[in-house]
Amino acid sequence: MSHVAPLIAELLADGTVLTDGAWGTELQGQGLAIGEMPDAWNLSQPDRVEAVARAYVEAGSRVILTNTFRANRIALGEHAIASRVADVNRAGAEISRRAAGDRAKVFASMGPSGKLLMTGQVDEDTLRATFDEQARALAEGGADAIVVETMADLVEARIAVEAAKATGLPVVGCMVFDSGKKRDHTMMGVTPEQAAEEMTRYGVDVVGANCGTGVEDYIPICRSLSSATWLPIWIKANAGIPQIEDGEVVYRTTPQSFAGHLDALVEAGARFVGGCCGTNPKFIEALAARLPASGR
Amino acid sequence: MSRFEELYEAVLSGDNGSAAATTRDALEQGADPQQLIDEGMIPAMAEAGRRFEEAEYFVPELLLAARAMKAALELIRPMLSAHQTEMKRCVVLGTVKGDLHDIGKNLVAAMLEGAGFDVVDLGTDVAPEQFVEAAREQSADLIGLSALLTATMPAMKATIDAFEKAGLRDRVKVFVGGAPLSDSYAQEIHADAYADNASAAVRVAQALVGG
Repeated sequence: MSHVAPLIAELLADGTVLTDGAWGTELQGQGLAIGEMPDAWNLSQPDRVEAVARAYVEAGSRVILTNTFRANRIALGEHAIASRVADVNRAGAEISRRAAGDRAKVFASMGPSGKLLMTGQVDEDTLRATFDEQARALAEGGADAIVVETMADLVEARIAVEAAKATGLPVVGCMVFDSGKKRDHTMMGVTPEQAAEEMTRYGVDVVGANCGTGVEDYIPICRSLSSATWLPIWIKANAGIPQIEDGEVVYRTTPQSFAGHLDALVEAGARFVGGCCGTNPKFIEALAARLPASGR
Repeated sequence: MSRFEELYEAVLSGDNGSAAATTRDALEQGADPQQLIDEGMIPAMAEAGRRFEEAEYFVPELLLAARAMKAALELIRPMLSAHQTEMKRCVVLGTVKGDLHDIGKNLVAAMLEGAGFDVVDLGTDVAPEQFVEAAREQSADLIGLSALLTATMPAMKATIDAFEKAGLRDRVKVFVGGAPLSDSYAQEIHADAYADNASAAVRVAQALVGG
């Protein structure tokens, strides 16, 4: 067995670690307009972003993420803030850092580029430069760790993980399993076992899965991940499968029924648990209520 | 193995080089170009699409098959009669305004090209009036709208409304797709059809132009 990063060991010493839930919908609750770039708010509306981070800390999150999921030069594309990408990331980390105080750790979010290597839309050098830039700025902003999340392609995931590791911070590597009949492959056909093996080889400190499917589908995914790595597992599931009602997306899983899956997830190997699309601070409160006091 | 079967296998397995080589050999031996398409390539892409929908294939396998088809098609295209090329149906595709996601849209473009459509790809963050203008310029038969974000779904309706306003709505068929969409949403915004995935998009497009 290899070395566990001190930060990860410290967090796990108290049992299951609660992370946070969705940010985009919470920012909409703070007034983010539909179609507006959430990450831009790190510069224009830092107080409102901090309110979301703070709500998760209050709800019992011991790890919070940052509002920087799309803040890489490729995903921002032509958006005006693309020229200030380092500022957006630095500010994102600083905002979560302020909200966390000494009550939570900040695991900064790095999402995918949104482009495919295999079609030549983007090349490896460009990806490397893009993720290096983002990871460096997140570290400068005071992040305690970096979460590479919602990855579908192993090559892109490796490049992002390498960029994150170059900062010296602990790294969580997560992929999104949303394809195939049982939603147990990534869009590019990667299985949880392959993901866990490869992420371990890339040198991450925690292996995970996020988004893609509802919490009920995560038990087998979590089991498959744990079967293929000795590393701790991180799970951030959606609140069920989204349904469309009058043109609006709704998630039907309640905080209580979401939290009802906690024991099964932990049994399947999850050590870090939180939510993704359709979840909010109430989901974290419901999870916290089910953990023994020592794990809070 | 017949040359059609060889071509079928090459396209289905995404073997670019073999698809081109088989096509070149077949043409040199006097094969009918149209028959190579109809009996080798189109069935191969249909099978690749089926495997994708059955989750035996994922995005990489589908993209490789489409690429192999394209390599073979490029050799054949100059040999098709002018009549056959004129008959090609034109699809104008794009990701709607405010949305920068294009992996799904690009996959649809590759599959439609593989099925013999003439594809005009407007890219991402495409405004309603850009769709209208391109449709007019290209005399498009079909308009394909993509969105990944729930937040940009209303831009699909705005695009369809723009076609109404321009008086072009009767001249084009509009189909929509993207992760947060559904059949009922497509009906609600008066699209002509919804495609659940890139393979279904080909079926939908063919049905909309009447085969």
